[in-house]
Amino acid sequence: MSDALAAVVSIGFHGLAFAMVLYLISVGLSVTMGMMGFVNLAHGVFAMLGGYVMTSLMTRFGVPFVPALAAAAVATALGSLVVERLLYRRLYGGDELDQVLLTMGLIFMSFAAVTYVWGPNPQPMHPPRWLSGQTDFGFRSFPTYRSFLILCGAAMVTALWLGLERTHFGMRIRAAVDNLRMAQSVGINTSRLFTWTFALGSGLAALGGGLGADLLAITPSYALDNLVYFLIVVAVGGLGSIRGPFVAAVLIGVTDTGFKYLLPELGAFFIYALTMAILLWRPRGLFGRA
Amino acid sequence: MATEGLVRPGVTAAAAPAAARAAVDAFAGRHRYRLLEALPWVAAIAAYAVFPSYLPLGAQILAMILFALSADLVLGYAGIVTLGHAAFFGTGAYTAGILAANGWGEPITGLLAGAAMAALVGLVSGLVVLRTTGLTLLMQTLVVATLLHEAANKASSITGGDDGLQGMEVWPIFGQFRFDMFGRTAYFYCLIVLFLCWYLARRVVHSPFGRSLTGIRENVRRMHAIGAPVVRRRLVIYTISAALAGTAGALIAQTTQFVGLSFLNLERSGSALIMLIIGGVGRLYGAFIGVPLYMIAQDRFSEIQPVYWYFWIGLMMVLVVVFARGGILGLVDRLRR
Repeated sequence: MSDALAAVVSIGFHGLAFAMVLYLISVGLSVTMGMMGFVNLAHGVFAMLGGYVMTSLMTRFGVPFVPALAAAAVATALGSLVVERLLYRRLYGGDELDQVLLTMGLIFMSFAAVTYVWGPNPQPMHPPRWLSGQTDFGFRSFPTYRSFLILCGAAMVTALWLGLERTHFGMRIRAAVDNLRMAQSVGINTSRLFTWTFALGSGLAALGGGLGADLLAITPSYALDNLVYFLIVVAVGGLGSIRGPFVAAVLIGVTDTGFKYLLPELGAFFIYALTMAILLWRPRGLFGRA
Repeated sequence: MATEGLVRPGVTAAAAPAAARAAVDAFAGRHRYRLLEALPWVAAIAAYAVFPSYLPLGAQILAMILFALSADLVLGYAGIVTLGHAAFFGTGAYTAGILAANGWGEPITGLLAGAAMAALVGLVSGLVVLRTTGLTLLMQTLVVATLLHEAANKASSITGGDDGLQGMEVWPIFGQFRFDMFGRTAYFYCLIVLFLCWYLARRVVHSPFGRSLTGIRENVRRMHAIGAPVVRRRLVIYTISAALAGTAGALIAQTTQFVGLSFLNLERSGSALIMLIIGGVGRLYGAFIGVPLYMIAQDRFSEIQPVYWYFWIGLMMVLVVVFARGGILGLVDRLRR
């Protein structure tokens, strides 16, 4: 009995850590999708870049963990501003196929460019000393870094929720997601709003990519390999909300970890089946609006 | 994406001025064969004579044209954007491959079995996937392909898993034409199958059913309003397209005598889209232009730098979307006007 309990606690813990990474990466995609309806398959590229910038700042230049992570998020957000202004902007409200092709093209280009700069091998991720090892929580001990991930994730969820519900900026985002034309009519500069939201989402993805570098290994094919995870979180959660992706990320993170632990021969099979089942039941996702 | 001019309601052929009548005539005569349509077939036969040492590559190009053509049916005509077309390609390939590796190497029945299995997967997955639209649909097509990829990976006792399926033995076609190492038989085999499938696809596209698909792509609400069975029609074309994709996969499996996990992955689905986009979507002939260009370029470049090939192909996709919508055939159209 205590063995089973220990397994459940362990699955819940590691699943939650994975869920936090999935959430940080996907939430920006959900909000930008909900606002502009832009199918951005290249969102994972920003998470990958965050991971690369952070790990190389740490290993090559000896920058401490926290400043390296912050620098990675800011640099990626700024980079995404350029891409948005130059390329994405042209295709808003356009053909879905064009958006898919443009962002797939960006994935392929980033794959080759990253291989050129960093080589094909995964980037090593060494947590700083104060985050390595185990922490005793009284009833049992957990890996410190994973506990830190969960704390960080919880803090970001709270901050995002407060930001969206309680600030002027968040209010305008909600207005634009609910009804883009009406938001424009009442004088919200949706174009600029979208650019900032996009940069924020990319910065969060970079944060998730950097924080989760030991869970989702930083390799050149990162954006392609993990694309299905990010899309599942966004689609299951429902577009344009920040609560939906959170529930979806927890659901996917915990079940994926659980089934890989309990039935390794089935691998990731179960979450794909679960995804199809959920979308059969609710085609617009758990929190999607009709 | 709309490539064909539509006639405005209220303009009847008799009352219309000459220009409009010409448009109506062109519209009504679109299904007739034009001389230019013989060009791909003449070129394919000429290529056989001119490049005898490249026939194995040529056979692969012909099979990939069929794959891209099948993607064109759902993408260009029905407007279903999919990232999982490799699911059907891989199903067809594994079906033909597993049959040939287990003592049934007859190619024609193997091909038909591959097509039938792929159609079945298309039908069943279509029932689920086609209920949604946009990003969710995209994600579900990807999930179906990933699911099959995972299945092929785990069932390594049947599929060979990561190493690929070994030991295929394909018998001569009709007991007469052995698959030779120069790829002559393979080339003609692929060419004939491609021709038959192209004929089928052309008939489908120009039938009333095909026209209603274009209607669904252009304006779903109106098609619902006039009582067209939108869901069923999308499912039917999805299944037909899956069968053609399965045929293409089976062709490659039989002619190269190998099936691997790469038959089912996202790169496979993505590359079909790219090849189609380079040629032009929704034209039936985009595949015939895009696939040879892509595959010959890949054959040349990837020998030098396989990884950096992806950079150029990615750049090409971005440039096509930003500057050359409609691909090469679209550019030709614009120059002619």
